Amino acid sequence: MGKKVGIEVSIAAAEAVGLCDVDVVAAYPITPQTHVVEHLSELVAQGELDAEFVPVESEHSAMSVCCGSAAAGARTFTATASQGLALMAEIVFIASSMRLPMVMFLSNRALSAPLSIWNDHSDAMMVRDCGWIQVFCENGQEVYDAIFHAFRVAEDPGVQLPVMINVDGFTLTHVIEPIEFWSKDMVKKYLPPFKPVHRLYPDKVVSMGAFGMPEIYAEQKKAHDHALWNSMPVILEAWDELADVTGRKYSPVELYKTEGAETLILAMGSICETASLAVDSMREEGKKVGLVRLRLWRPLPVEGLRKALAGAKDVVVLDRAISPGSANAPVTSEIRALMYHEPDRPKIHCMIAGLGGRDVTGDDVTRIVETALADTTYDYHIYGVRG
Amino acid sequence: MAEPGKKRVIKPLKNFPVQEYINSGHRACQGCAEVLAVRHVLKAIGPDMILAMATGCMEIISSPYPLTSWNVPWIHVAFENAAAVASGVEAGLKALRRKGRVPDKEITIVAMGGDGGTSDIGFQALSGMLERGHRVIYVCVDNEAYMNTGIQRSSSTPFGASTTTSPAGKIHPSGQTTWKKDMTAIAAAHGIPYTATACPSFYTDLAKKVQKAKSVNGPVYLHVLSVCPTGWRIPPNKAIEYGQLAVDTGVFPLYEVENGVWKLSRKPKELKPISEYFKGQGRFRHLDEKLTGYIQEQVNARWERLIKTCEATGGQPEPEAPKEA
Repeated sequence: MGKKVGIEVSIAAAEAVGLCDVDVVAAYPITPQTHVVEHLSELVAQGELDAEFVPVESEHSAMSVCCGSAAAGARTFTATASQGLALMAEIVFIASSMRLPMVMFLSNRALSAPLSIWNDHSDAMMVRDCGWIQVFCENGQEVYDAIFHAFRVAEDPGVQLPVMINVDGFTLTHVIEPIEFWSKDMVKKYLPPFKPVHRLYPDKVVSMGAFGMPEIYAEQKKAHDHALWNSMPVILEAWDELADVTGRKYSPVELYKTEGAETLILAMGSICETASLAVDSMREEGKKVGLVRLRLWRPLPVEGLRKALAGAKDVVVLDRAISPGSANAPVTSEIRALMYHEPDRPKIHCMIAGLGGRDVTGDDVTRIVETALADTTYDYHIYGVRG
Repeated sequence: MAEPGKKRVIKPLKNFPVQEYINSGHRACQGCAEVLAVRHVLKAIGPDMILAMATGCMEIISSPYPLTSWNVPWIHVAFENAAAVASGVEAGLKALRRKGRVPDKEITIVAMGGDGGTSDIGFQALSGMLERGHRVIYVCVDNEAYMNTGIQRSSSTPFGASTTTSPAGKIHPSGQTTWKKDMTAIAAAHGIPYTATACPSFYTDLAKKVQKAKSVNGPVYLHVLSVCPTGWRIPPNKAIEYGQLAVDTGVFPLYEVENGVWKLSRKPKELKPISEYFKGQGRFRHLDEKLTGYIQEQVNARWERLIKTCEATGGQPEPEAPKEA
């Protein structure tokens, strides 16, 4: 077992990337991602990590460099946030469709305008359909462990897809937490070297990125969809083996005090820690409230969610992004859709909270639940907003 | 990124290799000098190469899935990022080679884009690649407009050319109202070791420059004028001839910049009048004498400036000017 140290989550994540012996890091600075790539460039400069650090001139080029590097068969990492993700979005979609494995640390941050460096999930929801494996983390240890898991899953010959690790900007990236580090032996045992199925090298002529005529495009898209669904058993197996190595067990959907719960809160990311405190206090008051944590956003654990939500009277979804002009917010939309045909479906409340770094405390979560249960006439509700 | 002090020794090509790296059967238009330029460039580089290509004519004629014309490892990601993708391939292979996971062998990384993918939408990625010092040969195959999408103007379209988005009309009788962006000078301003202009009409000169590019330790920018019969509205059998005229009228001078020294590759005793170059090109058909005269003055002035730059930096023309094709 590794040692436990108090460390900033971003630095720990960079240390994890270093332990994975990454070959290429391409990144452009953007708040609140900077500490991750700063530390990686330090590791390279000090000779502690044998990698190429490519300080690109934009996020668009960051993702493009990552595509080239992954295609050449190198272990590849990048990190970004918000506007950076928006700028690279074009290539984000291409990376997954071309089945180029890489890992991205996304420090979730609100989208402009108005410019905001603070946390919400609008950046992640913008690229919801980008075809990457997408994971949301709750705490520092989980972020650290997710790095090893992500490389292992992305590079699996049966997966060959990029993985996005969502880490709430500031509220998680910049906090100091006690994190148990992995030893080199643990990494060696857990993460095999990257052996690409196809790579760019003159020993074998390959053409990557051909264009699709109408008679082939839809088949390509279907194949991509299949690939994402087929990654599910690999993701689960990699989490099982991570438990063997570390003793920490992760799963796509996690339940907290849901036994006998009539009301379930459903959320993703660091807000779940806050929500679990709210559940504690509501339980103390005798309210039958539990928490469903969604860790794996893509591929969506549909059956796991149906099972978790079945039997509840009310589900309060804490959405961290807004979908203007829509019937609800992104996460609620999916939860409502997957529960629609269920025989005993709960009432699903869409509560949008914590946009652009607006603080959501434990008391807020309690009030959000109360607000949701008190008035059920709306499609969605933006909590605590003026005007 | 390039390591200092390493220079590859390249034997000069006596003859063009028989080996083809872009196969026949592709979908290029008749008389396309761009695909000819690509063919020559690849032959001059040889088999140990990886090619990153921008979206554009060359990509679309060669890769309708599941077919491919490429006989080299080839990747296309998007329009504006060939330079960045090539940077990534170079960085990846460099790390893998250092770590002993690929053979310890020099592989030439080539990026290619059209004039739109280079001087417009891919400009930033190219500048980043040149500035960071990646050991990549970037080749701009310049046909002077967005031909793939239907002859729209780019910043590389010459003044006076009529395109579908710079049509000659009452308000703008010249068609294109701006001057061709000088990409070679911009590349040179990055302080890279080697940049040059070339044209497949002078294929020995082109091959020589590609060979030199391959031996250089650092980023290279090659700007290759690629006559487009479809977009220039000329007969397909005239493509080579118009390439020669572009060079011999001084409209597109052949030169190279090696470690800051500018050198003409071909210095005609006397420049031909640009009217000879314009004649027969549909895209210049609307130009009257006055406009032609104005463009001639500009071409003369630019030519003089180029000569002065060559003299100022100490570059002498090649002892033997390359012969016409």
